[in-house]
Amino acid sequence: MSQSFEEISAQLKKRHRRSARMKWMTLGALILSAAFLVVFISDMVVRGWPAFQQAQIQVEVSYDEQSQKLPLAAVDEDVRPLISRGFFRPLPRKMEDNPALMDTTQTQWVIADSRVDQYLKGNEDRLRPADKETLENLVEEGRADLKFNTTFFTTGDSKMPEMAGIASAAIGTVMTMLVTMAVCFPIGVMTAVYLEEFAPDNKLTQIIEININNLAAVPSILFGLLGLAVYISFFGVPRSSPLVGGLTLALMTLPVIIISTRAALRSVPDSIRHAAFGVGCSRWQVVRDHVLPVSLPGILTGSIIGLAQAMGETAPLIIVGMVAFIPDASLSITGASTVMPAQIFTWASEPNSAFAEKTAGGILVLLAVLIFLNALAVWLRNKFERRW
Amino acid sequence: MSMSIVFLLFCIALLVLGGVAFALSRAKATRVRASGMTMHAQPDQYAWFAVLATAGPALLVSALGAFALLLMGAEIPVLYLLTASLIIAVIGLAMGLSQVRPAFHARRAIEGVIRKLLAAAALISILTTLGILLSIINEALRFFQMQSFWDFVTGTTWNPGASFLSSAGRAEGGSAAQFGSIPLFAGTFMITLIAMLVAIPFGLGAAIYMVEFAPLYVRKTAKPVIEVLAGIPTVVYGVFAALTVAPLVVDIAGLFGLDASYSNALAPGLVMGIMIIPFISSLSDDVINSVPNSLREGALALGITKSEMVRNVVVPAAAPGIISASLLAVSRAMGETMIVVMAAGMRPNLTANPLEDMTTVTVSIVAALTGDQEFESAQTLSAFALGLVLFIVTLTLNVVSVFMIRRFREKYRVNNL
Repeated sequence: MSQSFEEISAQLKKRHRRSARMKWMTLGALILSAAFLVVFISDMVVRGWPAFQQAQIQVEVSYDEQSQKLPLAAVDEDVRPLISRGFFRPLPRKMEDNPALMDTTQTQWVIADSRVDQYLKGNEDRLRPADKETLENLVEEGRADLKFNTTFFTTGDSKMPEMAGIASAAIGTVMTMLVTMAVCFPIGVMTAVYLEEFAPDNKLTQIIEININNLAAVPSILFGLLGLAVYISFFGVPRSSPLVGGLTLALMTLPVIIISTRAALRSVPDSIRHAAFGVGCSRWQVVRDHVLPVSLPGILTGSIIGLAQAMGETAPLIIVGMVAFIPDASLSITGASTVMPAQIFTWASEPNSAFAEKTAGGILVLLAVLIFLNALAVWLRNKFERRW
Repeated sequence: MSMSIVFLLFCIALLVLGGVAFALSRAKATRVRASGMTMHAQPDQYAWFAVLATAGPALLVSALGAFALLLMGAEIPVLYLLTASLIIAVIGLAMGLSQVRPAFHARRAIEGVIRKLLAAAALISILTTLGILLSIINEALRFFQMQSFWDFVTGTTWNPGASFLSSAGRAEGGSAAQFGSIPLFAGTFMITLIAMLVAIPFGLGAAIYMVEFAPLYVRKTAKPVIEVLAGIPTVVYGVFAALTVAPLVVDIAGLFGLDASYSNALAPGLVMGIMIIPFISSLSDDVINSVPNSLREGALALGITKSEMVRNVVVPAAAPGIISASLLAVSRAMGETMIVVMAAGMRPNLTANPLEDMTTVTVSIVAALTGDQEFESAQTLSAFALGLVLFIVTLTLNVVSVFMIRRFREKYRVNNL
């Protein structure tokens, strides 16, 4: 069964075409995966960008006896429905705190109601016709405009979209992360040092190793169940507190830190250890004075990546109750608190569509922080990584 | 005096005692050495040993006391406990000081203490696993005392809400709570399947391109870009699935005249697939990369084309590793919570149509635990029963995948996997 030269070269051509097709298909898979990322990020930017702007209105606020009793009386009747209730509520307190304001009238930019905000952003129109007319006039006079939204960064959660911000969630995240890192960084590094440098190669060590790898693959929600059953019901740690959230996340981050620290320790060449032993160091002295300082950048890189991972985690925190409504930030680690991802989750489930842009805005802030942390880790690795 | 001040004073006292221990024993060791005797350790090491002897037992006693106080509810006044710890610290100081003599191996003693400390830290990871297992099993057992295990495994109706009504005495005839978990697992498997149908082709394709075809600079830039997908928090994917993908799916289904629910199973499945792409691509990348080059060169030397080489030599050789990566990805998809909580439905629904809404195990866990239910209720405890099953399934997948990768490693003597 001999084939002619033509047949073989035709077959060969076909085979080469098939080869090229595979190359293009796999390249397509790669490009599409990257395209997902681009679509995803641009979708979030488009949705979230308006959250950094907020409609404000320039009005004359009269601070007098009447507005002390009835804050709504502080501004003209026709612009009253355009202004956020969040502006009126603290007025009496503000006058009490600052008696010099009494009996003065000041022209100031105040936060507009979220309906005005949404109208000016062209999203939806829920204003009454009369109010709309007033607003149009104000816009023409340059007395109503979209300005940079400082409220978003300085206030906590609120039922009024225009007053809702990420400050208390950000503080809650910082507190929770402090607890997490305070617990899991020392324990993780100590475990890794023990397993890499000290542990004898016996059954117990193998069990610990297998166990750590398994722990890394346990779904995060199960850590939430652990936190609920052990920390909250058994030890009585207060629900919704950064303490219980941080401890839960610490257990989840522990395997990440252990695995990356072990990798960092393993990359230190044995010649360094041998030299140190040779001049009479004990094992702990070798680790403390030679191995740890050399592997520190690797350990820090791994820890930052673990921290970023813990920062974005939501599921276990929902289980331990960290999705609370927190209008004011508290600096206590046992008080009720919420974290950034949980705040995003809360806003995402709000029916009011004005919260949709808050959700995406919160996501942009969270992504910015996470990208910063990951970039920091990459920078650390590139700057201090040594090739032996 | 408030608790925190007492605590602060205790810490200060302990620090001062430690400092005293350090200074005294260092001075003594220096003196002994100056008198011309050879010692087994440096003065600093004697000093550090004294500090350990002072603080270690004292901290241990106070920690044990606190533990007893919190757990057993023992009635130990905090002040007594702290005073006792301080007394022990003083005794430790005296002991440490008396050990400053030439024959004592201070460095070896410190070494022993540190080794034990590190081993104790390593045991915490074991305790965590045990903690997860025990707490979940414990609560799950309580659940199975209330509800029959058989109904849980074979029942097709999941209706935990009725347990609230019946506990409030308002149960109408026949509307007792039902805990049949099959619809939940069906939903989980459906969404996992959709995710895998997205993630495996894309992840594997990207990995094959990066290892076999891509020039080095493409590989160097593409890899971190794909990894970024893995770093995005799941709640963000959840928002993306619920706000962007789900309406898109409904619109596209509408074009074909199909009726899709806004909380269809397709949207969370697709987004979860995107989330898992980097997971599969980086694991498969490692595995394909460690297939020995001799296999490739041998195949090419026989006149085979590159795609035939990939299909007939590289992929079969890497198959155990790729399967292992896929199993890990399945376990990750099954345990994924936020995407399904935000984008999938809440209605247990036994259907094969991905355009309908269906709920998953993780959604039901969250739903059971975020209501205003008391901890003892069957609804709350059902979350632990579901968690137990989830734990067992993911653990099995993980163990099988470790087994597969070990076979691969042994076959090709690869050490870096």
